[in-house]
Amino acid sequence: MKSFTQIDGLVVPMMRSNVDTDAIIPKQFLKSIKRSGFGVNLFDAWRYDDPGFPGQDASTRQPTKDFILNAPRYKGAQILLAGDNFGCGSSREHAVWALDDYGFRSVIAPSFADIFFNNSFKSGFLPIVVEEAVVERFAAECEASEGYRLSIDLAAQTVTTPSGDVTTFEIDAFRKHCLLNGFDDIGLTLQKRDAIEQYEAARKQSAPWLFT
Amino acid sequence: MAGKTLYDKVWESHVVNEDDDGTVLLYIDRHLVHEVTSPQAFEGLQLAGRQPWRISSMLAVADHNVPTTARDAGIDDPVSKLQVDTLDDNCEAYGITEFKMNDLRQGIVHVIGPEQGATLPGMTVVCGDSHTSTHGAFGALAFGIGTSEVEHVMATQCLVQKKSKAMLVSVDGQTGPGVTAKDIVLAIISEIGTAGGTGYTIEFGGDAIRALSMEGRMTVCNMSIEAGARAGMVAVDQTTIDYVKERPFSPSAHHWDKAVAAWQQLHSDADAQFDKVVRLDASSIQPQVSWGTSPEMVTDVNGQVPDPASVDDPIKSEGMQRALEYMGLTPATAIQDIKLDRVFIGSCTNSRIEDLRAAAEVIKKRKVASTVKQAMVVPGSGLVKQQAENEGLDTLFTDAGFEWREPGCSMCLAMNADKLEPGERCASTSNRNFEGRQGQGGRTHLVSPAMAAAAAIAGHFVDVREF
Ligand code: SF4
Repeated sequence: MKSFTQIDGLVVPMMRSNVDTDAIIPKQFLKSIKRSGFGVNLFDAWRYDDPGFPGQDASTRQPTKDFILNAPRYKGAQILLAGDNFGCGSSREHAVWALDDYGFRSVIAPSFADIFFNNSFKSGFLPIVVEEAVVERFAAECEASEGYRLSIDLAAQTVTTPSGDVTTFEIDAFRKHCLLNGFDDIGLTLQKRDAIEQYEAARKQSAPWLFT
Repeated sequence: MAGKTLYDKVWESHVVNEDDDGTVLLYIDRHLVHEVTSPQAFEGLQLAGRQPWRISSMLAVADHNVPTTARDAGIDDPVSKLQVDTLDDNCEAYGITEFKMNDLRQGIVHVIGPEQGATLPGMTVVCGDSHTSTHGAFGALAFGIGTSEVEHVMATQCLVQKKSKAMLVSVDGQTGPGVTAKDIVLAIISEIGTAGGTGYTIEFGGDAIRALSMEGRMTVCNMSIEAGARAGMVAVDQTTIDYVKERPFSPSAHHWDKAVAAWQQLHSDADAQFDKVVRLDASSIQPQVSWGTSPEMVTDVNGQVPDPASVDDPIKSEGMQRALEYMGLTPATAIQDIKLDRVFIGSCTNSRIEDLRAAAEVIKKRKVASTVKQAMVVPGSGLVKQQAENEGLDTLFTDAGFEWREPGCSMCLAMNADKLEPGERCASTSNRNFEGRQGQGGRTHLVSPAMAAAAAIAGHFVDVREF
């Protein structure tokens, strides 16, 4: 797994609530059997005027004028600011792959949908929960100053603004550990192989109908 | 000490290992697999040189990409075909049970699991699909996972989890006539909001839930995820046990009594503590229709499209404004004045036999309105379709002007050829009214099967109770 330690990245504010994974990466692109290449279709329906289909040459398409990611000042953004319940809807991990492939490393929002939140860590992508007022403040500062960057330090669990203002965030200790080190969690689980086998043996006795 | 919730009981019986900080290795009994979220997991497994831990826990089916017409000819779209072929190849390579496209047992993964008895009370059930919450209707702990976790379960039979909080949603009293499980769950979502269940496992209880059939309970649990909860559960009772009996994957006669004795414990203890309790009065629930682009944007059939200007919270008000623009609706329009271009009866929310019966019942030899371009019924599985045909429902539908299709996800998410054109408006029995969900620019209104059928006949929404 990709690790995450710290970044200092350009910020883009997209202060909508309930941004769903269908919007992040529309279904026609889920037909791919690969993990990569989803970035050009991130927010496809919002980002382009013409309908998108898999395998299209993106350079021939019509970008939607007022969609925020198309504004030149946000080119190369790595940190997305969003409203409540980001990543709701479908469990598609393709949503994280698309954000990551586009170049984002982190989303900062007041709340996330559970499955999206879980999926993020698997790609070394960091979802950060801070209070709504704080996200709104970041967004206001960002809109007011072109080139606005935030710096995120996972080890210290902090987000720092250009003026040096520091906000701390919570993260589960196990997840932090895996993310900092880029651990493969299947490998970690398989270190507990004996415990799994023991559980299974006991369960076969107590609930044999589950093993036919 | 307080008693245990149903969630506590199922959770505790699956803990393989627990760390000091509460991180748990949770054992998974049933792993359902479909074509969209599995190819990268199989690839990961191969690249790491790992084998699936327990193949007998897996059951696979292609449902999202399959065409719902002329199946003998195979899949036209080469990209969809590759994804379905990849599932076939992976299942063959590892010896995983799969119901292929032309197998009578094929269907939507959340319909076939219960139908086959592959979903059983007290199990942990996962699938790379958010509507895995459906299976919680059986007193199972069932939730959707992403592709990396699909690979994790394949390789280890476990997931690394932290326990969520427990919420009880109690729907007390009795629903009125014409009010279905779909209306109950839409009313719940409108009450608690699409993020209201985030971080919780919801147990649905109360007289109105107890009175539901297994099909109805599945409809309610299906949409737990639309309330933000990864899992929804209903306690086991005789209705559950009767449903499970003698299905292909159900316990054999040899194990049956022991299994039933274990299942009878699967309810929250009378003194169990929930982190949150929400109560709804069933008798006040009316048939529901969604008006916006989030499942919480819903109102009574006799209601009106709301006015964003009447909402103080600016983010919420802006969200409503955006939704109305997308939906092409103006505030204060009566829901019953909204005209429809298409009607879709199907999806893992409402494509079981009971749903099709409820829709057929409304038709009563009437015809689909001439202004409706297309009305279609997509049964949840080949077996549902066969059962419906045995009951003559297909003829009722086709005589009225509905199309009678082959099973699959179809226009619930429009990954196959079934989709809305930009600007088209659809009454749909599915679960998501997101922008573009049923086709780019398409406008979705979520309703029950009976309400969808009535809307098809009238050409606009109507109160099914007066229809
Ligand atoms: S029917 Fe719709 S919601 Fe259900 S699994 Fe298929 S696409 Fe998902």
